[in-house]
Amino acid sequence: MKLARTGNEAFAEAMRQINPDVVAAYPITPATEIVQIFSQFVADGIVKTEFVLVESEHSAMSACIGASAAGVRAMTGTSSQGAALMWEMLYIAAGLRLPIVMALVNRALSAPINIHCDHSDSIGARDSGWIQLFSENVQEAYDNLIQAVRIAEHPSVKLPAMATTDGFILSHCLETLEMLSDEDVQKFIGEAPERPNLIKSLKEKKPITIGALDLQDYYFEHRRQAAEGMFNAKKVIPEIGKEFGKTFGREYGFFEEYKMDDAEAVAIIMGSTVGTAKDVVDVMRGEGKKVGLLKLRVYRPFPANELAAALKGKKAVGIMDRADGMSAFTGPVYPDICAALYDLPDGRPILQDYIYGLGGRDVTKEDIRYIFEEILKTAKTGQKDYTLKYVGVRE
Amino acid sequence: MGDKKTGWKELPEGDILEGGSSLKFKTGNWRNRRPVHILDKCIHCFICWISCPDNAVRVDSEAGKFKEFDYDYCKGCGICAHECPTQAIEMVDEQEAEK
Repeated sequence: MKLARTGNEAFAEAMRQINPDVVAAYPITPATEIVQIFSQFVADGIVKTEFVLVESEHSAMSACIGASAAGVRAMTGTSSQGAALMWEMLYIAAGLRLPIVMALVNRALSAPINIHCDHSDSIGARDSGWIQLFSENVQEAYDNLIQAVRIAEHPSVKLPAMATTDGFILSHCLETLEMLSDEDVQKFIGEAPERPNLIKSLKEKKPITIGALDLQDYYFEHRRQAAEGMFNAKKVIPEIGKEFGKTFGREYGFFEEYKMDDAEAVAIIMGSTVGTAKDVVDVMRGEGKKVGLLKLRVYRPFPANELAAALKGKKAVGIMDRADGMSAFTGPVYPDICAALYDLPDGRPILQDYIYGLGGRDVTKEDIRYIFEEILKTAKTGQKDYTLKYVGVRE
Repeated sequence: MGDKKTGWKELPEGDILEGGSSLKFKTGNWRNRRPVHILDKCIHCFICWISCPDNAVRVDSEAGKFKEFDYDYCKGCGICAHECPTQAIEMVDEQEAEK
């Protein structure tokens, strides 16, 4: 069914179709609508969800953790400062192996205060043990959230997962959404696979403790298990993406390669900027310029080997970072790509980083063309003049 | 805790423990002073028993008598000695007591 939906509406509709047992949330711009719309579904009685109104995002994630530990499906939605307030609990959700699913709308972090898009919030949570899926458009956001349930709950993964949209650019922008039927979504996600939980333990009169003190004796082993979940997610994500494609016609992998085959200059981008950049690639291809782009959909787990295979032999690659990791080196995605390519025996591309679009700064076709021209120049000369450039900032 | 420790592949996932696992965790080894009972002074009022936060005072309820301290779980907090109305409990340095 083709509908016009904003990113927030699409997330809310996906949540309605997933029909989780518990949603706990606190409103924050630009993610507010997700749970606001969803709360209407609850009030109208069209979902079975227990909606928990909480006093902060810290409590929202805590309530989700409690619900998930009890053994039910729990979801939430947030953005920016809200995600930051969840920080402590994000790590706990992952460490306790709870498959909570979150709709996260990417927004800059204060200060200065700003409600618009960049990736600082989600990228800041990259080490928390959450699976992270980035979306180019509203359709992908919807598809990603549905797949996130399957990925998170997979018995070999058991880690929380977030699907993200870019604040306002996708969250508030009306696009065409090919919506699945409620039955199809329910069939795709299925019953949650059984895992140890509090409800079961009490029913069986074999009470358990979840989240006990671990110290030097067992913490390392438990973290190793969680890490294994993330390794396993690398197998599970493309399997589920393929199954989604087979069932609904839209296949998903770790990344999408756009006009990469004979490309000499490649840009790596996450999120909504990809759409604009595809246009720029088309125009520049028309001019005979060998440019291509790689849309990174899955940021955690990081598909290092797959990226190395895809980028091998390219002359120059530009990474577009919509966050500044404040490392006094580059943005956060650059070092990951660098590390992925380091072990290539030959055909290692020259890399440059472009930090752009912080705090919702508009990224135009001209900005992207400039970046492609820079990458082309590096590809042509075979050497780079710089590693990092800020694009779109007033000097 | 003296058992052979499980590797990550065998360990139950998600930091989940069976209930009652604290029985296996002898918290008494945290103690640096231990309560010692002085039978002559004891009036068997059970104030030590009811005051102990770790349930480490054993009494004979049939006979209505103080029985012993459970040094496996006594952390040596000294509440029993502090509360004893007849000074029938003395806190002794753990290393001295073990000599």
